Amino acid sequence: MSQPPSITLHVPEGSESDGQEPSPDNERALHTSFHQLILEQSSLIEAGLELELQERSRESPARLATPDPCAMAWPEPGQGEDHPRYSPASLQILASMPSRTIGKNLGAIISQYCNRTARLRRRSSRPPLQQLCRTARPSLRQYDLETDPATATLEEKRSQLVKELLSFPPSQRSHMLLTMPLNLAEKRNLRRQVSGHRGPLRQHAHHWAPFSPCGWSKFCVILGCRGLWYRLLFLLRAAQPWHYALKQIGGRFGSSVLSYFLFLKTLLMLNFLSFFILLVFVVVLQAVYPPASVSPPPFTGLELLTGAGYFTHSLLYYGYYSNVTLNDPCSSSPKGSVCPLAAPPLPYNLPLAYLFSVGVSFLVTCILLVYSVSRSFRESVGSSAGDLAIKVFCTWDFKVIQRRSVKLQCENICTQLKELLVERRSRSRPQSRCQCLGHCVVMLLAWLLALGSVSGCVLAVHYIWEHVHMVQQEQQVQNSGRWQQEAILLVLPLVVSLLNALMPHLFNLLAMWEKQDSPVTQVYMATIRNLILKTMVLMLLCYQWLSRSVVCSTEECWETCVGQDLYRFMVMDFIFTLLDTLFGELIWRLILEKRLKTKRRPEFDVARNVLELIYGQTLTWLGILFAPLLPAVQMLKLLLLFYIKKTSLMRNCQSPSKPWQASRMSTMFITLLCFPSFLGAAAFLSYTIWSVRPSETCGPFRGLETIYESGKRWVLVLEKSNPNITWFAWVYQHLLEDTSLLFCMSVILIAVIYFNVQVVRGRQRVICLLQEQIVNEGEDKAFLIQKLNSVWKQRRRRF
Amino acid sequence: KEILRLFYRYRDLAPQLVPLDYSDKPAVTLPYELIGSMPELKDNPFRQRIAEVFSEHGDGNMTLDDFLDMFSVLSEMAPRDLKAYYAFKIYDFNNDDYICKSDLEKTVNKLTRNELTPEEVSLVCEKVIYEADVDNDGKLSLADFQHMIVRAPDFLSTFHIRI
Repeated sequence: MSQPPSITLHVPEGSESDGQEPSPDNERALHTSFHQLILEQSSLIEAGLELELQERSRESPARLATPDPCAMAWPEPGQGEDHPRYSPASLQILASMPSRTIGKNLGAIISQYCNRTARLRRRSSRPPLQQLCRTARPSLRQYDLETDPATATLEEKRSQLVKELLSFPPSQRSHMLLTMPLNLAEKRNLRRQVSGHRGPLRQHAHHWAPFSPCGWSKFCVILGCRGLWYRLLFLLRAAQPWHYALKQIGGRFGSSVLSYFLFLKTLLMLNFLSFFILLVFVVVLQAVYPPASVSPPPFTGLELLTGAGYFTHSLLYYGYYSNVTLNDPCSSSPKGSVCPLAAPPLPYNLPLAYLFSVGVSFLVTCILLVYSVSRSFRESVGSSAGDLAIKVFCTWDFKVIQRRSVKLQCENICTQLKELLVERRSRSRPQSRCQCLGHCVVMLLAWLLALGSVSGCVLAVHYIWEHVHMVQQEQQVQNSGRWQQEAILLVLPLVVSLLNALMPHLFNLLAMWEKQDSPVTQVYMATIRNLILKTMVLMLLCYQWLSRSVVCSTEECWETCVGQDLYRFMVMDFIFTLLDTLFGELIWRLILEKRLKTKRRPEFDVARNVLELIYGQTLTWLGILFAPLLPAVQMLKLLLLFYIKKTSLMRNCQSPSKPWQASRMSTMFITLLCFPSFLGAAAFLSYTIWSVRPSETCGPFRGLETIYESGKRWVLVLEKSNPNITWFAWVYQHLLEDTSLLFCMSVILIAVIYFNVQVVRGRQRVICLLQEQIVNEGEDKAFLIQKLNSVWKQRRRRF
Repeated sequence: KEILRLFYRYRDLAPQLVPLDYSDKPAVTLPYELIGSMPELKDNPFRQRIAEVFSEHGDGNMTLDDFLDMFSVLSEMAPRDLKAYYAFKIYDFNNDDYICKSDLEKTVNKLTRNELTPEEVSLVCEKVIYEADVDNDGKLSLADFQHMIVRAPDFLSTFHIRI
């Protein structure tokens, strides 16, 4: 920032009404009077009359009569100080100050830009201190006081500006002209003058034409590219799904409810990416080269719920995938004979592809999540100050031209402003010690209750699972019907989903009973308890799946069994979300309207719904290895959920009565998605790949010790086949399998983070100092003007 | 080519007033009512201020030059500082080169179509001045405004009219 901070003043409002509008014609008159005053002031100081003036200015202001009727005292907005009476000459000077004449005075604009270009040309933000005059004010040290722009006329200023512009290269020249806030006629004039100096006048009517042929073509290319980029951005924005629906929701319900739907959209995108990677590299190829499998049982409707039966030996599950290299001619030749050396038609190692595509999809998801977390942290932390001002000035979208959309926008802005106001208004009042203690006791009780209920739920799930397993074993012994066998599989998902649906309501009630200070804390508490419940249940389920002690112990293909379990959990979760929407919103609204006869409608509980989304996504991530098509199921689920939730919202719910800041909530949501959810799923996956023995009879990793071994074998094969790339094997061995490298990397990462945090802190301190400096400059200016005014009055009184 | 397209749009507003031939630089001014009836500006709450800021004499009647100026500043190519400068002028209702509290109140009322209560409007204005006023004089100057715009990443895309 090479520009000195511009300073404004406690200036009376009607200073322009002294009748002498500074027009370009009067400039000379105004500035010579300033010049005169400076001379007067300097001569006074030389005569040593400063002391006398100080004595005189201490007299009561009533004696300093100003004859001019328009130099009245104007009320200062909100300041209650004794307003000084400015003389007309001082007012003229004030009116012609550069910071005040920017909009009006052509000469001022030109001289300001002249200064800017001169400074740019010199390319030094600050001249070295030794060269400066010590008596100059700090903010004036940068100015070239010899070339005082106040003494020049409009024409002189123009020619000075033209001279400055000529010293720039042509492309930069046109860029400078572009950025100047002058009107078209002025710019055309300037350009004509500038180009007139160089050569014959160009008869070009185009605005942005620079002044040399190759620069012109380069400029055209750049302009074309930029136009193309903007058009692409516009298309991207237009092609975004649900754009109007989201605007509608945001306009009616505010940004907190909107954040739920945006989160849903984010999840959809993530799932689409994972699905796409798995589809292209694994599913399609297996579909094209199907393995020899048993004929599936006939399709009944129950498969959609249980995922078993017809779906067991399909692309949906791990068990279907073959462990051979697809399309390999060597496998078709008889055993013992030499493989023909002709180039194979692209053999495809499916187990390797399976492992790597799962790994790559997780890596891509990880990168995207970390990026979104960092971006939303930056937005939510940085934008808390200055939010309101930005909302007022920068959120009106001028592109919107339809009447209905304009109305929507107005509603949107109105709701957002109300939200911000409510948040600013709610500050906790200081409490007495007794109240504090009581509050602590209540909180402790609530937490005990919550944790107790969570452990109760977990134990219940465990016992139900064991019971179901016993019933299953009995059924197998008795060889009961398929319906019964499949129906029993649904019991556990049902119970878990029921708990997940009911317990959050209990936690909400608990949070309301606690009576926290702000609604945000209430939401945080309820969310954390809900999160603990879901995490505990999921951890128990993961442990059961991996240990295979209870579930899938009788199955030969346990991965398919786990995949089916996860599918069932997902479907049940979806069904219960629908039921919850139905009962929680529709029927509750009917009850409120018809029975209780209140006008209140149910509110949309954002935090609970988001946690349900996160839970569903965790299930998907846990199951990617066991059921590669699970992201597709999740995508379908999310799509349906969007429309159902939106319809229910529009029909049944009201706008939140306690609107709170959505950006911080959405940061919390995406952090929750990244850290417990994704990290947990990644840990589960890593453990499965590294340590669990795959089943012998099915899947792409049958017969191996661990799934990871396929990767290791591949590296060995590579090493053997081509001795030139032993370095690759070495890198693989030492980097990926060595834990000390990971330790070093995490230490470096922590150091980088610490460094960045310190840099940010330092910058904030600099900003505070600069703001103080600006305020001081303003006070300095006010002081100087008052002094000048008093000097002038003394002069007037004397003569 | 862009200029020609804008010229034809300008002419379409009043074909009988605007000649096709501009080589002798006729002084043709279209009144504010015609400009304000353009579909791009018809429902914009700030259309009057926009027309006043870009018109020659501040009354909303625009010549072709003013018209071109307006749409070039409001296009996507205009640099951020230029847009901030003109946005400041648009929001400065009393033309005193400062956005004072009354200007802010008018802005907020236009934004929300008078749906906020006067106390809320006043509270919003106070908070905005408190947040954005750097030099502590109770009003927003151009520098304060530009300083705030720097922190708003989507200003360039919202202060944009497509024509």
